[in-house]
Amino acid sequence: MAEEGKFKVTIDGITVDVSPGTTILNAARQIGGDIVPPAMCYYSKLEGSGGKCRTCLVKVSKGSEKDPRPMPKLVASCRTTVMDGMEVQNITSPDVVEARKGVVEMLLINHPLDCPVCDQAGECKLQDLGYEHGADQTRYEFDRRTFERIDIGEQIQLHMNRCILCYRCVYVANQLTAGREHGVINRGDHSEISTFIENALENDFIGNVIDVCPVGALTDRTFRFKNRVWFTKPVDAHRDCPTCSGKVTLWYKGDEVLRVTARKDEFNEVEEFICNSCRFEKKKTADWLLEEPTLIEKDSVITANHYSVFTPPPVIKQNPKLQEANEEQLARTERLK
Amino acid sequence: MLSVQENMIVTFTPALFDKFAEVVSRYPEGKQKSALLPILHLVQAEYGWLSVDAMDKVADYLALKPIEVYEVASFYTMYFLQPKGKFVLEVCRTGPCCLVGAERIMQHMEKRLGVPEGQVTADGLFSWRGVECLAACGFGPVLQIGPSYTFHENLTEERVDQLIDELKEKAKNQ
Amino acid sequence: MARKLLLTHIDVPGIDTLEVYRRQGGYRAVEKALKTMSPDDVVEEVKKSGLRGRGGAGFPTGMKWSFLAKPDGVPRYLVCNGDESEPGTFKDRFLMTKIPHALIEGMIVSSYALGANTAYIYIRGEMMPQIRIVERAIAEAKSAGFLGKNILGSGYDLEVYVQPGGGAYICGEETALLESLEGKRGNPRIKPPFPAVAGLYGCPTVVNNVESIAATVPIVNDGGEEYAKIGIERSTGTKLISASGNLVRPGVYEIELGLPVEEFIYSDEYCGGIANGKRLKAMVAGGSSVPILPNNLATKTAKGEARLMTYESLADGGFVTGTAMGSGGFIAFDEDQCIVRNTLNFTRFYHHESCGQCSPCREGTGWMEKVLHKIEYGHGDIADIDLLWDIQRKIDGNTICPLGDASAWPVASAIRHFRDEFEWHILNPRESQTRNFGLAHYADPLVPVV
Repeated sequence: MAEEGKFKVTIDGITVDVSPGTTILNAARQIGGDIVPPAMCYYSKLEGSGGKCRTCLVKVSKGSEKDPRPMPKLVASCRTTVMDGMEVQNITSPDVVEARKGVVEMLLINHPLDCPVCDQAGECKLQDLGYEHGADQTRYEFDRRTFERIDIGEQIQLHMNRCILCYRCVYVANQLTAGREHGVINRGDHSEISTFIENALENDFIGNVIDVCPVGALTDRTFRFKNRVWFTKPVDAHRDCPTCSGKVTLWYKGDEVLRVTARKDEFNEVEEFICNSCRFEKKKTADWLLEEPTLIEKDSVITANHYSVFTPPPVIKQNPKLQEANEEQLARTERLK
Repeated sequence: MLSVQENMIVTFTPALFDKFAEVVSRYPEGKQKSALLPILHLVQAEYGWLSVDAMDKVADYLALKPIEVYEVASFYTMYFLQPKGKFVLEVCRTGPCCLVGAERIMQHMEKRLGVPEGQVTADGLFSWRGVECLAACGFGPVLQIGPSYTFHENLTEERVDQLIDELKEKAKNQ
Repeated sequence: MARKLLLTHIDVPGIDTLEVYRRQGGYRAVEKALKTMSPDDVVEEVKKSGLRGRGGAGFPTGMKWSFLAKPDGVPRYLVCNGDESEPGTFKDRFLMTKIPHALIEGMIVSSYALGANTAYIYIRGEMMPQIRIVERAIAEAKSAGFLGKNILGSGYDLEVYVQPGGGAYICGEETALLESLEGKRGNPRIKPPFPAVAGLYGCPTVVNNVESIAATVPIVNDGGEEYAKIGIERSTGTKLISASGNLVRPGVYEIELGLPVEEFIYSDEYCGGIANGKRLKAMVAGGSSVPILPNNLATKTAKGEARLMTYESLADGGFVTGTAMGSGGFIAFDEDQCIVRNTLNFTRFYHHESCGQCSPCREGTGWMEKVLHKIEYGHGDIADIDLLWDIQRKIDGNTICPLGDASAWPVASAIRHFRDEFEWHILNPRESQTRNFGLAHYADPLVPVV
C-alpha cells in the first residue's frame, strides 16, 4: 500500500509514492537516473505544455490496482497522470525504445544538423536525444525543409530550420508576457514559429524563449558566434533586480561575461525566469554578486575545459607566436596556481 | 518567414459590423473568439482576401492579439492571405475524384485558364487550385466556385469551359 | 425492399422545408420526447437502440451520452460534427442538403436528452450551400416554436447555431473541432480530459456526427428496441453508405446493417456493379483511412464467409485480412486503377491535412508522400517498400490524435495486399509510367500529380 493519500507507481521496476495528479514523467523524475523519459516539449513551469513531441512515450503495462488492464497504446508520460498501482515501462520496453527511436528520426529528418555553427551546440537537447536514442544513420534522402532566418527584435534570432515545434516559446509569451506577438502560423510541416508580419518581440520577459528553446531555433543575438558554450565557464550570480529574481548564471570567457542565462536544473529547466535587462544588458562582473561556479553534470561538455589547469606543451614555451596565441589560457593558468 | 507582400487598408461598413455583432451573439459572454472563423469568412466575402490590415481590424473588434488571427487564418485553407482572382475555381484532387478523372479536369483547367495552380489570370478574373476532398465523391469530379461557393458535380471538360464562359459573361455584366 | 429510417422521404418534393417535412411526420419525435419523456428516458432509448457513432469510430452513442459530466451550474453543450471531410464520405452533405430538418429534429431531441440549452452544428466551411440550408431550417424551426424559449410549452429552452469551419480535415477530430469552434487553430487536444468532462469552453460536451444525431429521431419515434431489431449483433439499425469510385451507380444509400458487401456492390438496388463492365480490383469500405482490401477479401472474409456490412464483419481478420466500417465511405477500384498512385494520393492528403502539432505525423506523413512519389514516378528502390512500412509503423499509435493512424493504415494495407504491384512499379520504372499493373488492357498515359 502506498503512503496515506499517495499513489504508488512502479516505473521500470522501481517503485515510488507520489501525490495524486502527478504525471508519469514527474514520478520518474522523482526517481531520477536513466529511467526518466526524455522531454523535448514538456516544461514543468509552463502550463499546458507537453504531449507534442512524443519522445516521452512510455508503456503502461498495468493501468492501476483497480483496473489492471494495460493501456492499448503508448502514452505521453508528460501528460498522463499516475493511478494507484500503475506499472510503467520506459527503457525496459522494446516497444518504447523502438517508438522513441522513430520519433528521434522524425525530429531529425528536417533538422539542418548545422551543429558546427549552431550556438546551441553543447547544450542542445536534440543533440543529446539523438545521441542517446537515435539511429546511427539517416534514411531520409530528400531535401530538407528550409526557412529564412529572421531577427525578432534586437536580441533574439529565430532560426526556424532548427525548430522542432515544441510550442514552449508560445507558452512563455502567453504566460509570462502581457501580449503574445509571435505564434505558430501555417499548418502541418509548413508550420513555423513567426510574428507573421515584421515585428520585434519586446517584452521584459520575452528573452526567456531562448532558455526554454530545446534547440538552437531561438538564440541570443548578444552571444551569437561569440564562443562555443563548452569554452565558457558558468558561474552563479545574482543582483538586486526590480523586475525579476535576479538569480542567473553568468557564462565567462576569461574575465568577460559572454552571456547571461537563467539558472537551470538537472532537467534543463530554468529555476526562475529572468528579465531581459538581466539577460541582455548586465554583462559586466561589476553588475553582479558572484556566488559560486555553477554545478554541471559531470558528463556535460561544459565541464570539459574548466576548473583544470592548462598545462602548456613544451613547444609553446619555446615559441613566442604560440605563446601569444595562447595568452589567455596561460594567464588563467597563472591565476589558478 | 515573413511572406506578406501586399496589404490592403480596409474600412468595415456598418452593415458588416452588424453581421459581426450577430455572429458574436451566438456565443456565451466572453467567448467572442469563437466568432473568429465566421467573421473571417464574412471579411473575405467582402474583400476577396484577408489583408493584414483586415485581420488586425478583426483582432481589434474581437479584442484579440493580431497574432491570434494570423495563426488561425494561416491554418485553414479557405482563407486567402494573398489576393486571388474574382472567381476561385477549386477542383477536388483527392482519391475518389481522381478515380473518375479529376486529374484530367485539372490539366484542362490549367490549359484553359493559362495560369498554373494558385495564380491569377491576367484579367484578374480567375484563379484555380486543387483542393482536398469536398465530400461529394460519388458525384465526381467536382468543382466549387468561390466567392459564393456554387457547386458543380460530374464535371467534364466541356462543362468546365461552359462554366468559365458563364463567369466571364457574368463579370462583363457587372 | 430494405427498411429506411433516414432517407424514407428523400424524394418527396420540398422535403427540405418545414412544412413538407412536418406533413411527412416530421417533428413527432420532438413532441414525443419533450411532452412524454424525461431526458433520461431518451438516453435510455438511445442506449437500447445500440446506435454506434456514425462518424467513424463506432463508439456506442448512448454510452457516450451517459459519460457526460453534470456538475451543477455549469452549462452543457451538444456539438454536431458536420465537418465531413474523409475522402470517400459524403453522406452528411447529402443528408443536410436533402433533409436538413432531420438533423435539426435530432439536435433538439439529443440536446434535450443531454440537458444542453445551446448546441452548435459545426459544418465545414467548404459546404457554404449546406450552411445556408441548415441555417434556413433552423430559422423555420424557430419560427414554428421548435427552438427558442419554452419549446412546445415544456419549459425546455434551446438555441442551435451553425458554425462554419475554415478548411481543415483535422477539425473532424472532436477535440480539434472544439478548438476550432473556440476560434483557434484546429490542433487536437491531448486527452484526457475527454470532452464529456471538459469540452467546449471547458464545459461538459458531447460531440456527435450528423448521421448519429439524425438517427435519434427514429429511435425516439419507434423506440430503441425497434431500432435494434434491424441489423446483426452489435451493428444495429441502418447506415448511410457513401459509394464512390468505379461503380455503375455511385451515391448515398441507406442500408440495413448486415447487408452482404457483394450485394451492395452488384445488386441493382444499390451500386449496380463495377462501371464499364470491368472487374473489382480493390475496395475501401469506410473512408480513405481504413485498410484497403483486394477483391478476394472484399466480398469474403479470410474464413471464406460472406463479408457483411457490419462493424464486426468488416473488421473480421483484424487489419491483416479485414478492414473497418469507419464512416461508411465505400470506394470501389476497378482493374485499371493503380494502387501505388492511389496510395500516393491518399498519403498526400494526410500530409496536407496534418495539423503539425506532434512530430511523427508532421514529419512522417510528408516523408511517406515523398517515398511514394519516388516509387510512382519510376525512381523507387526495392528497399523503399520496407522503409515505407517502417515509417507507417512509427506513426501508427504514436500520435496525439487518430490522423496519424489514419495516414498509416492505407499505406500499411496497400503494402500488405499489393506488395507485388509496388515491386512491379519499382522493377519496371518505364513501363509503369505508361500502363498500370494487373489486368490493365489499355494503356492510360499517366498525368502528373498535382
